[in-house]
Amino acid sequence: MKKKGQTLFFETPPRVRGAAAVVGPKEGLGPFGADFDLVYKDVRAGENSFERGERRMFLEAAKLAMDKAGVSDLKVDFLLAGDLLNQIISSGFVARELNIPYLGLYGACSTFGEAVVLGSVLVDGGFARTVLGVTGSHNCGAERQYRYPTEYGVQRPGTAQWTATGAGAVVLGLEGEIMVRAVTVGKVHDLGVKDPFNMGTAMAPAAADTIFQHFQDTGRDVSEVDLIATGDLGMVGKEVNVSLLERQGLDIAGRYLDCGVMLYYSHQKVDAGGSGCGCAAVVTIAHLFKRLREGDLRRILVVPTGALHSPTSYLQGDSIPCIAHAVLFEAV
Amino acid sequence: MKSHAELEKIQAEEKISEYKGIYGPKQPKPPLAKNVFYAFVIGGLICVLGQLIKNAFIRFGFEPEQAGNPTVATIIFLGSLATGLGVFDNLARLAGAGTAVPVTGFANAVTAAAMEFRREGLVLGVGGKMFSLAGSVIVFGVVTAFVVGLISALF
Repeated sequence: MKKKGQTLFFETPPRVRGAAAVVGPKEGLGPFGADFDLVYKDVRAGENSFERGERRMFLEAAKLAMDKAGVSDLKVDFLLAGDLLNQIISSGFVARELNIPYLGLYGACSTFGEAVVLGSVLVDGGFARTVLGVTGSHNCGAERQYRYPTEYGVQRPGTAQWTATGAGAVVLGLEGEIMVRAVTVGKVHDLGVKDPFNMGTAMAPAAADTIFQHFQDTGRDVSEVDLIATGDLGMVGKEVNVSLLERQGLDIAGRYLDCGVMLYYSHQKVDAGGSGCGCAAVVTIAHLFKRLREGDLRRILVVPTGALHSPTSYLQGDSIPCIAHAVLFEAV
Repeated sequence: MKSHAELEKIQAEEKISEYKGIYGPKQPKPPLAKNVFYAFVIGGLICVLGQLIKNAFIRFGFEPEQAGNPTVATIIFLGSLATGLGVFDNLARLAGAGTAVPVTGFANAVTAAAMEFRREGLVLGVGGKMFSLAGSVIVFGVVTAFVVGLISALF
C-alpha cells in the first residue's frame, strides 16, 4: 500500500468477490428496477415496522452478496456496516444474525465509501482475506427520525431529496472481476448551509474537494476515468459540484453522473433526487458494477457523499458538516 | 490589530459568502403562482365543505351559534381519516397552506404522529408522541388566547 496526500494506492488491489442490492417498491419502479437482486413489494419488507424492514433488507443483501461470492459467514473475516438510524441499529442488529467480527461505521450517506475504504485497507494490508461491507437506508425510517411522521402533510421545496429504501452489500476479497485500485479519504467541509432540505448544496463542497484531491494525488487526467459518480448530491448539488470543480480547473461535466439523480425517474416525485446510505450503494452495485462487468466502463470513480448533521444540531442552529470519500473501481 | 482567531473567522465568513454566490443562482425557484393557486383552491374547497356541514347541522336543529363546534369536530374527523388512509400527505404536498391553515392541518399533525409512534406502544408511543408536532400549536394558541383575553378584559 502506498499513500500520497489523502489517497491510498493498493499494491494487490482488493477485488469485489460478490455484491448485492436489495430495494423497496419505489426504487424497483425506477430505471434500474430489473438490475436489483431483490425488490420488495412491501415498504416494510414483510416486517411490522420500518426499522425492522430496513434490517431485513440489510440481512438479505448481506446473504445474497455472500452467496454470489461463494462464502459463508464463517469464512468472512470482518463485517463493516453502517446506516442512518440512531445508534446505527440496523447494522448492529444484523451483525447479531451473522457470525462475523463486526465494526460499526457512521458516515451518513457516505457510509458505502467508508466501508469500501476500510475493507480494502484490511484486505490489502493482509489482515483479512474476505470483508463484508453492508449499508442501507429506509425512506420512512429516515423521515420519522430526521423530519416528520411519514403521513404528515408538508410541501417539500424543490431542493429536497428522497431517502432511498434499500441496502447494498459487497464482499471484498482476493478474486473477482472488479478491483478497488485506489481510495481517497475526504475531509469534512462546511460552508454554512443550514437547510436540511438542501443537502445537495451542503455536500457539494465536500464532493468537489475529494474529487479534486483524488486527481491531484493520482496525477491522472479526468479523461482517464470513464465515469465519475457522486453518491447523492441530487440535481441541485450536482450542478453546484460541477461549477465548484470548474473553478478549480477540472471539467467533469461530460463524464459525470449522480446516483441520487439516476435512481428514480423524474415523474416519481422525488424532487431533486434520491439520497441516503442506500442510494450510492444500490446504484453502484446494481448499475455501475454491471456496466464494469459488461466492459462498457473500464474505470470509474464513485464518490459517496454524507451530511453529518442530526435533528438536534439542526434545531440548535448549526450548519451541516459534510464528507465525501472517493473509490476508484476498475474492471480487471 | 486582529487576533489570529478573529482573522480565521473573517476568512471563514468570506468563504461562506463566496459559496453563496456560487450556489445561489443554481437553486430552483419555488413555483409561487402554482403554490398560491392550489392553496387558494383546495383551502377554499375545505372551507366550502365546512360551510355545507355547518348548514346541515343547522338544518338538523342546531342553533347557528352552536353549529360551529360539531362542524370543527367533523372536519377534524375527516382530516384524520384522510391521514389514516394515506391520502392527506399527497394532498398537502400540492395544497401547502391550503390544508395546513384550516383545522385539517391540526388534525393531520396529531393523527400522523399518533400513527407513526404506534409501534413504540400506546402509552409512551401514541400518548407521548401524539402532540409532538401539534403541541406547539396548543401552547401558543393558549398563550395568544390568554394575552388577547387579558387585553380585552383591561380595555
